[in-house]
Amino acid sequence: MEILGHLLDGFAIAFEFQNLLLVIIGVTVGLFVGAMPGLGSVNGVAILLPVTFAVPPTGAIIFLAAIYYGAMYGGAISSIMLGIPGASTAVATTFDGRPLALQGKADHALIAAATASFAGGTISVILFTLFAPPLAAVALAFGSPEIFALMMLAFATFIGLGSDDIPKTIFSICIGLVLSTVGYDVISGEPRLLFLDITGFLHGINFLVLAIGIYGIGEMLWTIETSQGKMTVSQATLSISRFFDGMRKLTGSIKTMLMGSFLGYFVGILPAAGATPGSLMAYGVAKTMAKDPASYGKGNVDGVVAPEAANNAASTGSMLPMITLGIPGSPTTAILLGGMVIWGLEPGPRMFIEQTEFVWGLIGSLYVANLFSVIINLAFIPVFLWVLRLPFTILAPMIFVACVIGGFAPIQDMHDVWLMLIFGVVGYLMRKLDYPMAPAVLAIVLGPLAEPALRQSLLISDGSFAIFFERPISGGIMAVTIFVFVLPIYRAIRTRLRGSSAGGAA
Amino acid sequence: MKSLKVSGIGALAVALAFAVAGVSVSKDATAAWEPKKPVEFVIMAGKGGGADKMARLMQSVIEKHKFSSKPMTPINKPGGSGAEALIHLKQASDPDHTIMVTLNSFYTTPLRQEKLKIDPLSYTPIARMALDTFLLWVHKDSGIKNVDEFVKAAKSSGNKWIMAGTGKGQEDQLLTDFLNSAYDLDMKYVPFKGGGRVAKELAGKHANSTVNNPSEQLGFYQAGDTVPIAAFTPDRLPMFKDSPTFKELGKDYVYFMQRSVVGAPGMSKEAAAYYQNVFKQVYDSAEWQKYMKDKSLQGEYITGGDLQAFWKKEFENHRQMLTKMGEM
Amino acid sequence: MRRAELVMALVMAAFSAYLMWKSTELPIGWIPDEGPGGGAFSFWLAAVMLISCIAILIRWVRRTSPVAQSTEPYMDRQSLVLIAIVAGSLTAMIALIHVVGAYLAVALFLVFYVRFLGRHSWRVTLALAVGTPIFTFFFFDVNLRIFLPKGITEPLFYPLYEIFL
Repeated sequence: MEILGHLLDGFAIAFEFQNLLLVIIGVTVGLFVGAMPGLGSVNGVAILLPVTFAVPPTGAIIFLAAIYYGAMYGGAISSIMLGIPGASTAVATTFDGRPLALQGKADHALIAAATASFAGGTISVILFTLFAPPLAAVALAFGSPEIFALMMLAFATFIGLGSDDIPKTIFSICIGLVLSTVGYDVISGEPRLLFLDITGFLHGINFLVLAIGIYGIGEMLWTIETSQGKMTVSQATLSISRFFDGMRKLTGSIKTMLMGSFLGYFVGILPAAGATPGSLMAYGVAKTMAKDPASYGKGNVDGVVAPEAANNAASTGSMLPMITLGIPGSPTTAILLGGMVIWGLEPGPRMFIEQTEFVWGLIGSLYVANLFSVIINLAFIPVFLWVLRLPFTILAPMIFVACVIGGFAPIQDMHDVWLMLIFGVVGYLMRKLDYPMAPAVLAIVLGPLAEPALRQSLLISDGSFAIFFERPISGGIMAVTIFVFVLPIYRAIRTRLRGSSAGGAA
Repeated sequence: MKSLKVSGIGALAVALAFAVAGVSVSKDATAAWEPKKPVEFVIMAGKGGGADKMARLMQSVIEKHKFSSKPMTPINKPGGSGAEALIHLKQASDPDHTIMVTLNSFYTTPLRQEKLKIDPLSYTPIARMALDTFLLWVHKDSGIKNVDEFVKAAKSSGNKWIMAGTGKGQEDQLLTDFLNSAYDLDMKYVPFKGGGRVAKELAGKHANSTVNNPSEQLGFYQAGDTVPIAAFTPDRLPMFKDSPTFKELGKDYVYFMQRSVVGAPGMSKEAAAYYQNVFKQVYDSAEWQKYMKDKSLQGEYITGGDLQAFWKKEFENHRQMLTKMGEM
Repeated sequence: MRRAELVMALVMAAFSAYLMWKSTELPIGWIPDEGPGGGAFSFWLAAVMLISCIAILIRWVRRTSPVAQSTEPYMDRQSLVLIAIVAGSLTAMIALIHVVGAYLAVALFLVFYVRFLGRHSWRVTLALAVGTPIFTFFFFDVNLRIFLPKGITEPLFYPLYEIFL
């Protein structure tokens, strides 16, 4: 078993003192970030990426993955205790988590969430370990056309599976791609798209500037505007006996837990789908499968278990394409992928051969992070509740300061800080008009990979786009891409036909 | 209201600054010039390339032997073929604490991007640390052993022969251009990001030949994947004794890449003298000498007026080469 | 909401057109043996952006998207004031970094935000305004050797460099 050997090496790396410490800190930070209303894994990872310059790449990815993980656990805390999802990934958890808390069963809900997260995390990490090496082996045969086809699939999933306005989604993808071309064209050696001929654009637009702008500053502005009202924090009493009582009651939810884990994992693998649709779908499936669907939404523990198992599983799932193909499976992994480039790694299938320490250290650390997440989560619930009461007027300025310093650190140019502010404000204004922002962030990360892939493919084919359809693998991916892309159009036509036959306006 | 507040704080800070500066100046007035704060050590190339590795070696030597009283902090500014780095130095707010590691894009970038209005000769000469050499490389499996066989193979492939290099109008293309015209070839020049990547392309047989520096190809050469067939140096390199020079083969062509350290324009004489001394010590250090030997680097340490004269000559050379290529 | 949607779509359409124009500084056509020119990728993407904006405008005219139908204000007065203050103070902080450096600017921003927007006690305010820059200095300047801009306060740091570097 070659995989087992690698996995043991991975554990050895994960258990090195510094890395173990990074896991624990990362998980704790992630739990806080996740529990904070308005902040999710993507915000935490974007704002804290510059901090990782202090450690080698393996430590850096371990730390950020731990934040990602912890945030998936933490999201449930505010969903249950405040009724406000800590992040979009925990939206489905509020449906039954909040009613449970209002019934005085907050502790049950929290234990169920933590246990389900642990199950989802563990199952998905095992699946990840088994799937990743063979997938990476297949991906080694990928040339430029296949890589480009995969990116098209990633963008198509946003358009086809996302619930956002389609022209606005397309706009968001394209603007991210265009921004990624600013600076310098490697092939012709010419500077390009220097807006207003400002020399600061010569080094291009670092993806972190956009990511921190949108997920740091924009998100804060959004939260400041929407959270002007008062929030009430539910009380939870937690004792050892109630803990075991809660665990016992969960035995009935094992089936739901398994379903959520597998479903979440596979939805997470889809490029660009991520944990939010995964958890919503798991909730929906659990409800349709249940004997008493009517009890959902009124405080059914299974309604907490399904999305929580799924969002953790999906976060692991979304790392699979990131590690093996170099295509992110969610906005958070897009930022991790961009981080790898900053740390000097070349993402893609070759990482499995050339960066074994990095890859297996990450996989090993996922097992460890999972364990620590559940322990820290359950042990420090009172602390998290205290944090939820922390006034936003203290939290917000600290995050703004972290954004400004984080925007400066990667390239050390004030130009980037100004740009980040502009992206943050404009992104916030656009988000209010339903322009989705995640596609832009994904696109600016993928742009530097997509453009050369396209140009090299066209160079090979002498300018014919047929190359993407003639080769078997890229042809297959393109077929799926077109299917996913056409899906919303088909749906729109169908609803319109139905609407007109029923005589009502669409 | 806001502007009032700002100016108030500004005035306060200025007063404080002068107070402190006054104290420190009066204390140091007698001593020789020393950096007062960390020195910005700009690298005119991206992370992981030859220039970057060399700069970081210099920095670690300085740090190890404490040649400088304040740390040198490396920052990569590869944007626009080094244009970003050149502009950064030109506009440096504190020229006494801003230095840069440079290469031949020190000439080619200002020549190709005249809009930038950069005169390389206005920069403060600190040290030429080495001259990097170039060789012509092919893959072992091609079976090519000498220049004649190379010319024959390249000629028969016409424009399907791929020469990988680092960027349009840069050193690698100048050399490719020389080969094309000297041997009447029609090789296709394909640019990649960075010399390490170029070396990899040859080892992976995605390219037919390269004109890499030894430091970039060394790994593949030692593994036996790539073969040097001729050198662009005046004399044979000790490390590659079997590879003839183009001079021997009757083409009078020599090309080097400078590895130099420059100071921002307008740097004070005292500061320049300080850094010249620092880098002289680096040059003489056992680490640097070993590195030069291992990576087949050549060149004496030169500084001041000599370096300036060297730049002037090379700048003219490049102007002619680029004009001939139609890149200007 | 409706007016904001229109303004945003028009602004973004103009920006797309600017991007298309800017892309043509490099060749956007096919270059023999080199493939598409350096400006082609961004040119066609900007063209798609422009088309998307036109689609958004068409939907605005036909009132087929939720924001185009909405009669709610884009931002009520209270939010507008709040956001303007927050964004304004953020802008002021970044501008101040150029003048007085990151550390003093951060401290001033925190004093303003925590004390005057948050109405917290002076004790909390000062703890944050002093503690944050000190932590940042040790984390970035000393540990990571990423030197944040100091502006005119630079000489104040000379003794610190002597001690910690």
